[in-house]
Amino acid sequence: MGRWFKSGSPWIWLTGSAVSISLIAVLGLLLLIAWRGLSYFWPATIYQWELQDDNGQPYRLIGEIHDREQVPTDRLKAAGHHFPADTGEFVERFLVKTGNRELVSLDFRWILASDILTRSEPKELAVFERSKNGNFYGEPVAVLQAGTKLETASVEQLLQQRIDHAVALNAQADALQKHDIGAINYQLERLRLQARKYQLNDDYTEAHQTEIAAEQQQYQQQYQQLEQQLFAMREQAGRDAVVVKDMRGELVTLSLDTVLNVTYSNRLSTWQKLLTWGQRVGHFVSDEPREANTEGGVFPAIFGTVFMVLLMAVIVTPFGVIAAVYLHEYAKNGWLTRIIRIAVINLAGVPSIVYGVFGLGFFVYMIGGSIDQLFFPEALPSPTFGSPGMLWSALTLAILTLPVVIVSTEEGLSRIPSSIRQGSLALGATQAETLFRIVLPMASPAIMTGLILAVARAAGEVAPLMLVGVVKLAPNLPLDMNFPYVHLERKFMHLGFHIYDVGFQSPNVEAARPLVYATSFLLVTVIVTLNLTAISVRNYLREKYRSLEN
Amino acid sequence: MERQVAKPAPLKHDILQARRGNRRAVKDKLTQLGVSFGGIMVFVALLLIFFYLLYVINPIFASASVTPKASIAVPPSQSQVLLLGSDEQRQQLYRVLNDGSVDFVSAVNQQVHHQALPLPAGATITSAARSMPSQQAFAFGFDNGQVLLANIDFVVTYPNNQRLITPTIRYPLTTPTLQLASVDQAVRQLAFAYSKQQLSFIYADDAQHWHLVRMDGEQNMLTEEVEWQTSQQQLPDTPSKVSQQLLTPDQQQALLLSGNKLFIYHIQQANDVSLQQVVSLERANARVTDVELLAGASSVLVSYSDGVVAQYFQVNGENGRRYQYIRQFSKLGQVDDLASEFYRRSFATVSDSGQLTLLYTTSERQLLSQQLPVENLQAVAFSPRADGLITATTDGLQLFDVSNPHPEVSWSALWQQVWYEGYPEPDYVWQSTSGTDDFEAKFSLTPLAFGTLKAALYAMLFATPIALAGAIYTAYFMSSKVRSVVKPTIEIMEALPTVILGFLAGLWLAPLVESHLPGLLMLLIFEPIGVLLVAYAWSISPPVVKQWLPENYQELMLIPVVCFIGWLCFQLSPAVEMWLFDGDSRLFITQTLGLGFDQRNALVVGIAMGFAVIPTIFSIAEDAIFSVPRHLSNGSLALGATPWQTLTRVVLLTASPGIFSAVMMGLGRAVGETMIVLMATGNTAIMNWSMFEGMRTLAANIAVEMPESAIGSSHYRILFLAAFVLFLFTFVFNTIAEVVRQRLRERYSAL
Repeated sequence: MGRWFKSGSPWIWLTGSAVSISLIAVLGLLLLIAWRGLSYFWPATIYQWELQDDNGQPYRLIGEIHDREQVPTDRLKAAGHHFPADTGEFVERFLVKTGNRELVSLDFRWILASDILTRSEPKELAVFERSKNGNFYGEPVAVLQAGTKLETASVEQLLQQRIDHAVALNAQADALQKHDIGAINYQLERLRLQARKYQLNDDYTEAHQTEIAAEQQQYQQQYQQLEQQLFAMREQAGRDAVVVKDMRGELVTLSLDTVLNVTYSNRLSTWQKLLTWGQRVGHFVSDEPREANTEGGVFPAIFGTVFMVLLMAVIVTPFGVIAAVYLHEYAKNGWLTRIIRIAVINLAGVPSIVYGVFGLGFFVYMIGGSIDQLFFPEALPSPTFGSPGMLWSALTLAILTLPVVIVSTEEGLSRIPSSIRQGSLALGATQAETLFRIVLPMASPAIMTGLILAVARAAGEVAPLMLVGVVKLAPNLPLDMNFPYVHLERKFMHLGFHIYDVGFQSPNVEAARPLVYATSFLLVTVIVTLNLTAISVRNYLREKYRSLEN
Repeated sequence: MERQVAKPAPLKHDILQARRGNRRAVKDKLTQLGVSFGGIMVFVALLLIFFYLLYVINPIFASASVTPKASIAVPPSQSQVLLLGSDEQRQQLYRVLNDGSVDFVSAVNQQVHHQALPLPAGATITSAARSMPSQQAFAFGFDNGQVLLANIDFVVTYPNNQRLITPTIRYPLTTPTLQLASVDQAVRQLAFAYSKQQLSFIYADDAQHWHLVRMDGEQNMLTEEVEWQTSQQQLPDTPSKVSQQLLTPDQQQALLLSGNKLFIYHIQQANDVSLQQVVSLERANARVTDVELLAGASSVLVSYSDGVVAQYFQVNGENGRRYQYIRQFSKLGQVDDLASEFYRRSFATVSDSGQLTLLYTTSERQLLSQQLPVENLQAVAFSPRADGLITATTDGLQLFDVSNPHPEVSWSALWQQVWYEGYPEPDYVWQSTSGTDDFEAKFSLTPLAFGTLKAALYAMLFATPIALAGAIYTAYFMSSKVRSVVKPTIEIMEALPTVILGFLAGLWLAPLVESHLPGLLMLLIFEPIGVLLVAYAWSISPPVVKQWLPENYQELMLIPVVCFIGWLCFQLSPAVEMWLFDGDSRLFITQTLGLGFDQRNALVVGIAMGFAVIPTIFSIAEDAIFSVPRHLSNGSLALGATPWQTLTRVVLLTASPGIFSAVMMGLGRAVGETMIVLMATGNTAIMNWSMFEGMRTLAANIAVEMPESAIGSSHYRILFLAAFVLFLFTFVFNTIAEVVRQRLRERYSAL
């Protein structure tokens, strides 16, 4: 044993275990997020429990199992629970999601395994996904049309049909509200600013006044027409209702205009569940968020993230490439180059929040404020570019990711054998021609790598964005059908901030947590994929140039 | 890095030289210029960040300035000035004299408007009193036992879209005057304080007995008029000769100055008045000349004849809240007059030679000291927004512009212990906002810097051993095939968004750690032991078993072992908790050990941020070890050293600068990390090293407070200062790391 220790072999094993721990940490983390994120969409079994409370009174609970844990019996006894004498040291405890938020005080509740009398999975139970008040669990009994019960052989089929009808109407109404009415509001606001501009320039003549008033009049009329249409649609959508027997045994009428879909989870086969799972994933990435972001989809956040990152890429690429080319191809090996190198390393090391502070002060307040004074005086004091927004976020992140592009591009440049450059120069090409025709095309995959890494970094960065443009709920996307179509001054939603906001600032963290896991999984997938792509491109490049050199 | 392509030296017959102006040559030159410009822009960007931060921070350390703005002549008077002030816009100045005359002076058009007070006929003024500056109120006592209570008010109207400020005198009581004492009793040495529901007067009668008159108002529901209930009480144990008397605006205390003693009376209830404390203001070779209340009325400022102003306030001690000496400001000259601001803890003193000094109490800053260009100065006062100073001379009023935006910030207030009002002792406090108006923001960066270092320390404690050990193994012992998979996998971790790590730390890890604390501790002990046991078992196992797995795949073999030990520790955790900590380790920590316990604590942050830092350290250290020239280690092995000896004596020593720079880089990252700390701690600015309590770091503090701070405010600038401190921290770490790394690279190339 002593000799074994002397050989140093145990220490080698210990260092080996450090690698294992790191690997477990990475893979475990990814698996945890993937499992929790993906299982969120799986149609869970709806259970019906018959329980007894502390006084021996029986009651019924319908819902999904959300979580389970082992609790020491003693701790529960101390809290005032009574147990039969033969209870073990630990009791299993389930967290049940009962939904029906408007009827019960708690839509999540803990139940003890020892209190459960029976547990069943009745096939007639269904879960309603609703646009308000979360899920509803119960047994659909009848479908109502304008208050009268419809006779039918299959409640399920009729219900599905009526829900589809209402959902389609609601979608139409939403589109009308968002696009048509939104456009009119946008135009009215534009007219108001126009009038204000005339006033500021002392040019608000009679002609201008009548012109603007006429336009306003016209938009108002359109608005009223659309509003009538909208009300008609909403009313139509609210025509039908469904009667559901809930866990208290009472009949509850749910108006179908708030119901999004119904799932008889206990009747589904595995394949059908998989199908439902796929549908839910689809809804998650394409829908708008509901209920203060704790339900629904994350489409605006995906859109905001992608748009911001692309804008940033457009800004950062030229600067990063030029800087790298300068450092590698043009700079002499003097003090200036050394300082610039240290500057690059430091830019990479500066905490991201410092970029946020700088972006807020310099871009938003200083540059944005000046732009407002110069070009948008009519909107003041409400800021246009002088408040956090998309453009400033992209610019801030562009500085943040600049070192990534520089380092990666420079690495690519250094891998190009000098013989190739010398060959080009020997044939009479200028340095610029060598650069544009030979060096840059050869380095383009490396530039690409740098860009991908920069995008991955930017997509995951949240702290600076909290200061320069991200909000928890942006009413409008930065891209729409109103001139000038791209609105870079608008605030936007971001996947990373969505995680922070929903996970830590939402009123009902328990209900929102699975959604946060799902969002996290989405973000991690995107970022890991981007990184793996970058790594494989880089490895491929290394191999390629190694063969060139020899 | 070495320049790989040297442009051939221009020859005489160079095709480009021969034809200047050639498009190709121009293009070449332009490219060179453009690229150089772009390259230098990177450097400019860093400088820009640096100097922009400085530019925003700079004003907080600038001193104040006072410049003359207007001077208006008023009818000369020999009476003392009782009250002096202006409206918020500094357009209308006013002066109230002890003889009962009120003058309004317009700073815009220089007009003087004299307004008469409804003094009782036939009575003479026997005393005069004023309130705190923010109430702009005053009172006169008469020899017929009456008092007159009035305040100055400004009515703002907008005729023709122009702002018009009209000064008026209002009477808080239903009538201007009030019978305070009997008709034959003069009201002497009056002091008063009032709010909407309550009114208090103290005065001395001819026999030097002190009386408290308390009026409680109640609004009549029907007429909406206030009906006042009066009660009277004589103050007990009063000194025989009182030179100054004060009432605190909250009407809790009456202060009487007698010689160098300050008598404090508790007057909260009119029927229960008692002498609370006698404060000795004794000071060698000096006597008390004046006592004033500071804004917020928690502090008493005592002026001495030798040019010292001392601050006293109530401190909670064994005998309840008692006034105590806190700090002093000296070399102010013979202080003639002292004016405190309306809301901030600033005050100004004017000496008999006309020397104006602006001071701020908590930051102990002397913001300005200059000679006022006026003579025969009678009084000095601040304008409501503290952007103006009004002085009164015997024949005029002068208005000065005051620029004093950030008096509360000083080096000592930011980094040293400060004794704030209401605190039992000097302390480091960060508390930037509160609900009340009187609140004084407390900007000590020390707890935040402490929190930053604490979080970084715990993260490094967790990350450094794992990352360095992992780097050593990966670089030195691992087969290249496995290495090409393992290294990118661990580096992927660096790309994981920290918001996700923070979310998991806060909502998954923190509850897990809380409920499985013994398991986590066991993990620390049993993980290495378990690994060593497995290793020993392996070393003594027969060769048949060894052939089964090649030695190079140790790390893969260890994965299930590590997992199993981890799982076992967590499974056993409840049982161990039951056995050692009586079933509740949290209770054990708080009660038996007497430590605080937060669910989101330094332990959780250490683990979560450790994960974020591991890849940084791992990647750089691995590079450094891997690029140690092979002939060094081969030589050592050839001389008979074991691999481990070679590693520790040759490889690690050679690579040590690289390892150092890796740790530095990791530290830089841990110091600036925002989201993990923001989400995995409670963000309370406390200062202790306990691993079961949280912290508030500079970065998290910026993220939380920046969106809510007003542009240009002290708070805003201090947050920039916090960012600048972070910038400097990381700048130092990164520059050291980079310089060390560049040296190392040179050394390797020499070997």
